[in-house]
This record gives sequence, structure tokens and C-alpha cells, in this order.
Amino acid sequence: MELADIINPKNLVYKKPPLLTSTTMHYCPGCSHGVIHRLLAEVIEDMGIQEKTIGVSPVGCAVFAYNYIDIDWQEAAHGRAPAVATGIARTNPDKVVFTYQGDGDLASIGAAEILHACNRGEDMVVIFVNNGIYGMTGGQMAPTTLLGQITATTPNGREAGRNGYPLKITELIAQLPGTSYVTRQSVQTPAAIRKCKKAISKAFQAAIDKKGTSFVEVVSTCNMNWKMTPVKANEWMVENMFPFYVPGDLKDSSKNNPESYTPLKN
Amino acid sequence: MAKVIGAVVVDNEECKGCGLCVVACPQDVLGQNKQVNSRGYHYSFMKNPEACIGCSNCATVCPDTCITVYRVKI
Repeated sequence: MELADIINPKNLVYKKPPLLTSTTMHYCPGCSHGVIHRLLAEVIEDMGIQEKTIGVSPVGCAVFAYNYIDIDWQEAAHGRAPAVATGIARTNPDKVVFTYQGDGDLASIGAAEILHACNRGEDMVVIFVNNGIYGMTGGQMAPTTLLGQITATTPNGREAGRNGYPLKITELIAQLPGTSYVTRQSVQTPAAIRKCKKAISKAFQAAIDKKGTSFVEVVSTCNMNWKMTPVKANEWMVENMFPFYVPGDLKDSSKNNPESYTPLKN
Repeated sequence: MAKVIGAVVVDNEECKGCGLCVVACPQDVLGQNKQVNSRGYHYSFMKNPEACIGCSNCATVCPDTCITVYRVKI
């Protein structure tokens, strides 16, 4: 069979989801953001919630996310995406609200906002892209940078004595009573990507069902600032980041009222 | 067992030549072209088109969604 016979619309198996715009993404070659954007587009399309989904984009590499996925977006100040999303979710209870944040945005400047939004149990989805570095500004140390990892501001590797310890913010958030589904995923292989898509889909369903905040961390690469090829960066991530940021579900329940949180009787 | 053959189409101008699809392909179908596109990237192409089974692993890992996959049973 000739190649021209195979390349026929009736044999189509996979094509770009229509929700992704034709704009070429500004991300570096091999950046994990592209895959995560596509997974979001596929999930929103599969669930048929394009008309009622509102995304809140952060400051960071994903700041232009509104150019790439054809839904409603709101740009938030640095780290304040959960606060903006809270307002949108409370005034529009019939909408599905999600934030898309990086590790510098969420775990550093926005740590207060994310902890309180998750503690209040706002019905929204948080997509947290953790690459252990400030990608947009040129690879400075982030709170999630591993000990010994070389960045622009820690040229000899991060030291606990001087720079503190890496922050496992997802573990912190999993303890909060307002969260429903907290998971850590990655997008380095086709299998991991399919698993990540399922997790994002589950998180959106939890937000639609008003179960509380769903939190999906995606451990990803920043090959440009790690100064590696995309393929090498994926290997480095599996070797060095996975032992510390262990992939898997951390919590799967719903916004509940545990025993220790019983209100005082008046 | 029915034999399956596939084909992939790479959008040469969209491809940024990251090489993730080359590694993800279980059949060693894809390779990076020696030529570059208008932005200077070595775009992916089918160097071994007969081996393709249309599994769409390459399209799944592509960060720029520039791969379209076709598959036919014979």
C-alpha cells in the first residue's frame, strides 16, 4: 500500500485537537508545557465544557497560555492566580475554573494564595507545573530546586545551609481539608502522558462535582535552563527528580469535615 | 492477525526538532532531517516509513502537536 493511500482522512488516528489554536507556541523545543496544554485542550474537549471553562494564567513561561487554548482566560498577577480564580469561581458557580501555574509562581510568591485557596476548598482545578527552576527569567533557583542542583543563582549547586531545603508543596496541600484530589504526574513518556490525561480529567470532574480543590502537579523539564537536550532532560528528571518528587496520587477523597474540624457548639 | 500499517505526517514548519518523537517511536521510524526548516530546526521525518504501525506514540509526546497519525488495517 502506498503512503498516499494511508494518508487519508478516513484512516486518521490522531490529529491536533481543534481547541488548540494554530498559533505556534513560544516555548523552547521539547518543553513540557506544550504537552500539558494539549492534554488540557483534549480533556476540555472530551468533557464538552469549552463554553463554560475559564482558565487563569500565571506569570511565568505559561503567561501566554491564552493564545494557545481556545477558551476564556484571565491573566493574574504573579502568584495570585488562585485568588483571582476564587473570585471567578464564587461569582460564577456554574463555570469550571482552573489555574495553570509554575513552581516559581505557585510555590514561591503565590504560596500564601494557594494554601488558603486550597484550605477554603474553592471548587477549582490547579495545574502546577514543577520544573525546579525559574524558566522564564533565565534559570534562577526556585523553592522546588533540588539540593545540589546547579542554577544561575546557585552555580555550585543548592546548599541547604545557605539556600534552604526544596519545598514539597504538593505534600503540604494534600494535608488540607479543602482539597479533594491531589496527585503528582509527569509527561516524559507516552504512558505517563496518558496517565496524566486521566488525572487531569478526574480533577476537572471533581471540580464540576463541587468536591473541593483538585491539585495536579506535573513534574516537568526545563531543558534550556538545565542546559541539556530534551531527551537528556527527561532522563535527568527520572533519575533525579522522581526520587524526591515521587509520582502518584497523594489524596483522593472529597471536601469533607474531618473529626478534628468539628465546629464549636453555641 | 491483521497487519496494521501506519503513516505519520509532520508539519515541517511547526516542528522544533526536539527529538522526543524519535526516542518515543517503538519501531525506529522517525529521524531528524539533515535539512532545516525556515526557523533553523532539524525537523522530524519518516526515515523508515515501512515500519510504522500508527501507534501515535510520537504524536502523544510531541510538545508542539505537529504530528498527525494515520493507520490502516490490511
